[in-house]
Amino acid sequence: MMNIQEFRKGLGDGVPIAAGYLSVSFSFGIMVLNGGLSIFQGALMSLTNMTSAGQFAGLQVIIAGGTLLEMALTQLIINLRYALMSLSLSQKLSEGVTFRQRLVIAFANTDEIFAAAMSRGKSLTFSYMIGLQLLPILGWTSGTMLGAAASGLMPPVLGSALNVALYGMFIAVVTPAARRSRPVLFAAALAAALSCLFYYVPALKSVSSGTAIILATVAASAAAAVLFPIKEEGGGEA
Amino acid sequence: MIYVYIAVMAGVTYLIRAVPLTVFRKKIENRFVQSFLYYVPYACLTAMTVPGIFYATRSPISAAAGAAAAVALAFRGKGLLTVAAGACAAVFLAEQILICL
Repeated sequence: MMNIQEFRKGLGDGVPIAAGYLSVSFSFGIMVLNGGLSIFQGALMSLTNMTSAGQFAGLQVIIAGGTLLEMALTQLIINLRYALMSLSLSQKLSEGVTFRQRLVIAFANTDEIFAAAMSRGKSLTFSYMIGLQLLPILGWTSGTMLGAAASGLMPPVLGSALNVALYGMFIAVVTPAARRSRPVLFAAALAAALSCLFYYVPALKSVSSGTAIILATVAASAAAAVLFPIKEEGGGEA
Repeated sequence: MIYVYIAVMAGVTYLIRAVPLTVFRKKIENRFVQSFLYYVPYACLTAMTVPGIFYATRSPISAAAGAAAAVALAFRGKGLLTVAAGACAAVFLAEQILICL
């Protein structure tokens, strides 16, 4: 049963997220075409994955010709945070949400959609969640298509500049957290150091980029978790 | 082959989201696991950014300018889009200057 009022409320809350996604996925679309994939493949990836960091790493695995196991592991590690978000979200769904509806809602539980859903005062209905997810899904997919389509028309100097947009987003997520929290700074610095090690040390160069990201992430996160265990539940950092 | 890659990506990502929302709905009690999961996004995003960002543009110098601009803007608490746009603008400007030199 759809509740139109709830659906509309969700749509409205999804507008700013969709606008943000449109511009970020635009730069992802450029990377897709630079990586030798087609516009359709890029759009399909965005539509079916709904994740920035995961898709970015996945694209690198594809370009490097990595194995499917490497691809699966890369996605598992990078997107593991969604499991936490889904756990929290499941506590906040209203009683009436069925098993099948949960299967649908799970599809686009992104960082931003999760944050918007959790900031809503009351328990969440299926209608609201569908409304909330709809425009961001469209924005993310169409932005990828637009970026890929535009990249062929763009002068190289502009393409070069837009290539750092996604990295800029990553920096925008990590920097404020690292500023507030020494442990986060430690985890990030260690991950950067390990990542550089894999990139520059000749003996480690045979390690593919996807595997390097996995190893650096797991090692840095585990070290930080041992040295600086968090106090309560880490929720709310999304 | 690319479609197989995309299918694996989508499948793994969906399962990560769907399983805790449907079957496994208990809270994670283990403190190490909680802490580990808390740090993963930051470690992972940083591992992808460094050193990758320095080879994303036409010159490591312009890329460094972009990275510096992004860190400076993010440090001042600017939003995602401002930071991303600032990084792009810095790369663009740096490359204009490099061409002139």
